[in-house]
Amino acid sequence: MKKNFAKKLIKRMSALLAGVVVLAGSSLTVHAEGKYTYCYDYWGEVQDSPDAYEVVKVFTSNELGLEKPISPTASGLTVIGNYIYLCDTGNNRIIQWERIDREHFKLINIFTEFSGDVEVNTFNKPQDFQINEDGNIFIADTDNNRVLKLDSEWNYVMEFTKPDDNTLDKELVFQPTKLAVDSAGRVYCIATGINKGMIKYEADGTFSGFVGATPVVYDLWDYIWKRFFTTAAQREKMVSFVPTEYSNLYMDHDGFIYACSSNLKEEDLKSGSAKAVRRLNLMGSDILIQNGEFPVYGDIYMGAGGGYSGCSKIVDVTAFDNDTYVLCDKERGRLFVYDSQGRLLFAFGGKGNMDGYFSKDQPIALDHMGYDLIALDSISKTLTVFTPTEYGNMIYQAIDQFDDGYYAESGETWQKVMDLNGNYDLAYIGVGRAMLRQERYKEALNYFELKFDDDNYSKAFKQYRKEWVEDHILIIFLGAFAILIVPMIIGKIGKIKHEIDTADIFKF
Amino acid sequence: MLTSARIEAFKRYWKSFKFAFYCATHPIDGYWDLTHEKRGTYAAANTILLLTIISRIMKLQFTSFVVDPVYWEEINIFLYIASIIFPLLIWVVGNWALTTLFDGKGRLGQVYMASCYCLLPYPMIQFPLIILSNMVTKEEMQFHTTLSAVSLIWVLVWIVLAMGQIHEYSFGKNILFTVASLFAMLVIVFILLLFFSMISQGVAYFISFGKEFLFRVS
Repeated sequence: MKKNFAKKLIKRMSALLAGVVVLAGSSLTVHAEGKYTYCYDYWGEVQDSPDAYEVVKVFTSNELGLEKPISPTASGLTVIGNYIYLCDTGNNRIIQWERIDREHFKLINIFTEFSGDVEVNTFNKPQDFQINEDGNIFIADTDNNRVLKLDSEWNYVMEFTKPDDNTLDKELVFQPTKLAVDSAGRVYCIATGINKGMIKYEADGTFSGFVGATPVVYDLWDYIWKRFFTTAAQREKMVSFVPTEYSNLYMDHDGFIYACSSNLKEEDLKSGSAKAVRRLNLMGSDILIQNGEFPVYGDIYMGAGGGYSGCSKIVDVTAFDNDTYVLCDKERGRLFVYDSQGRLLFAFGGKGNMDGYFSKDQPIALDHMGYDLIALDSISKTLTVFTPTEYGNMIYQAIDQFDDGYYAESGETWQKVMDLNGNYDLAYIGVGRAMLRQERYKEALNYFELKFDDDNYSKAFKQYRKEWVEDHILIIFLGAFAILIVPMIIGKIGKIKHEIDTADIFKF
Repeated sequence: MLTSARIEAFKRYWKSFKFAFYCATHPIDGYWDLTHEKRGTYAAANTILLLTIISRIMKLQFTSFVVDPVYWEEINIFLYIASIIFPLLIWVVGNWALTTLFDGKGRLGQVYMASCYCLLPYPMIQFPLIILSNMVTKEEMQFHTTLSAVSLIWVLVWIVLAMGQIHEYSFGKNILFTVASLFAMLVIVFILLLFFSMISQGVAYFISFGKEFLFRVS
């Protein structure tokens, strides 16, 4: 992948060089704002796409049954079954709705306190809410400096407080922001000002270490400059080389944690030294697959324009059961959907006041219900519910069919997707992969070649070449015989003839 | 009409063309004979340059995308051809302009002829590689990349060696003037840029002058 990218770069550089040599000015390509939904092709060109998601409805606070609207600092949206929980941070409450049908939410409860033998029975700026499989409730009660564990009846069970660790600053106030809870009741949490990774607690509340810290990013020049050419006073004021903090966590159905970072630098993302999203296993190592033409970091064009600049700022992530995952970019107000291989399926959204668009620096929270997506815009105090269109459903269906081993059906579904969107690389590759599985190598080759999928092309070609050699073994053998043996025989005959011609016995 | 003179000329051309293959394997001896024994012809040199250009274009079209994906939207065939001819011409002019001041024995035409003869390994390797590229998978690509690099290095080294022979330079002096020629190329490019931007400014001046004039008249 990386090699490919470098190759493309070299090609473009050499094209530029050629342009300079013949003194012809090459015009810069401007990527104009396209339609609502788009994808990238092999060359990184923006390809407009039919809408894969449509807005079911934008629910205002009023329509959600709230007298006091959602606060602008609200964050933390959690969907469990049919229920939706929102941490209304500014109003110190947790709101529960039930989605009774496609277009209706019913307010079930507003929790502002819980019962139990503990000093403070209310929340103070809660930022995240999770329920594990046993029905226990976990709340990141940020300004009370604790992570609460409650039973399903909202009775106090225990709390997780500031980790007892020598490496932490004694003065640091513990402010947990986001949570992930596994089936065994272990709590992973991130907290303001702690950049050592996720804080891991055992189920009994003991702190068992930091996991999944991001590697520190710095370049040699920075290091030399800082080490040898600055005074202590100057160093004090400079940015220190520290790992970046995660902005959000999401535990998928396999128990792996998706962790995203929003405060990354463009150049680190482009060089690959920083990653916008990680999928962490229990050891805290990144197992996210990135087989796409471009790395998983949202928009690949980072220039300023249209009211935003720089790279995508990924503030939330949610993963479907088929390992397709959605990133939520607050810089551009867009949602990016990637498949399990890290290839961008489609991106949609934008900034504005229309349905399906988001306010400045929004959306900030995202979760899913089936394939429906629910996004929180706390500036306009709304929840937006998206549902896949026929086109979006077909893409998901094709992926699922392929994963389940129904290759022929998957190929047909991809073919339908292609009928709707002829500029969609993944549809061609999908049809090709289905054919590859059905051992229709020659047809598969054609589809892969159209969309420059060299990996799959090579796989198909290897098989095709093998078959071809097996089918034509006689011709190949005869050909080799003709090339090698025939000239030898001719030479031999010529030699004999020469010997006969010059032989003494024929001389008279 | 196939007069005997024409046949003679063709024979001489064909012999000089075949001599390029000798040069490709015997650079020192070959390039000395090329000018001093007059065994090279311009016709053969042009043929080799043409072969190089054709192989470049065919490479673009027929090489497997696994090896070399082509973004057709950004390809301009004239630019592409110019990207071979222009550097070659600037090299020839730059090298000759410099060496002629420092005892170089080669004339402008001879520098061109020798440079073109040096290009032969490129089509020689690239044509078979086009066929090969359609028979390899991504894993076997390394073979192709290596051979492709060999063809380029071969050409570059041979050009340096050829210049030494036709200018009758010692090895050290040859290297020195190769580097100096590269700088001469830069100077030529710079002056051309300057020239073109001046011309375009001048043209723009007269165009706006004409427009202004027409406004006054009408």
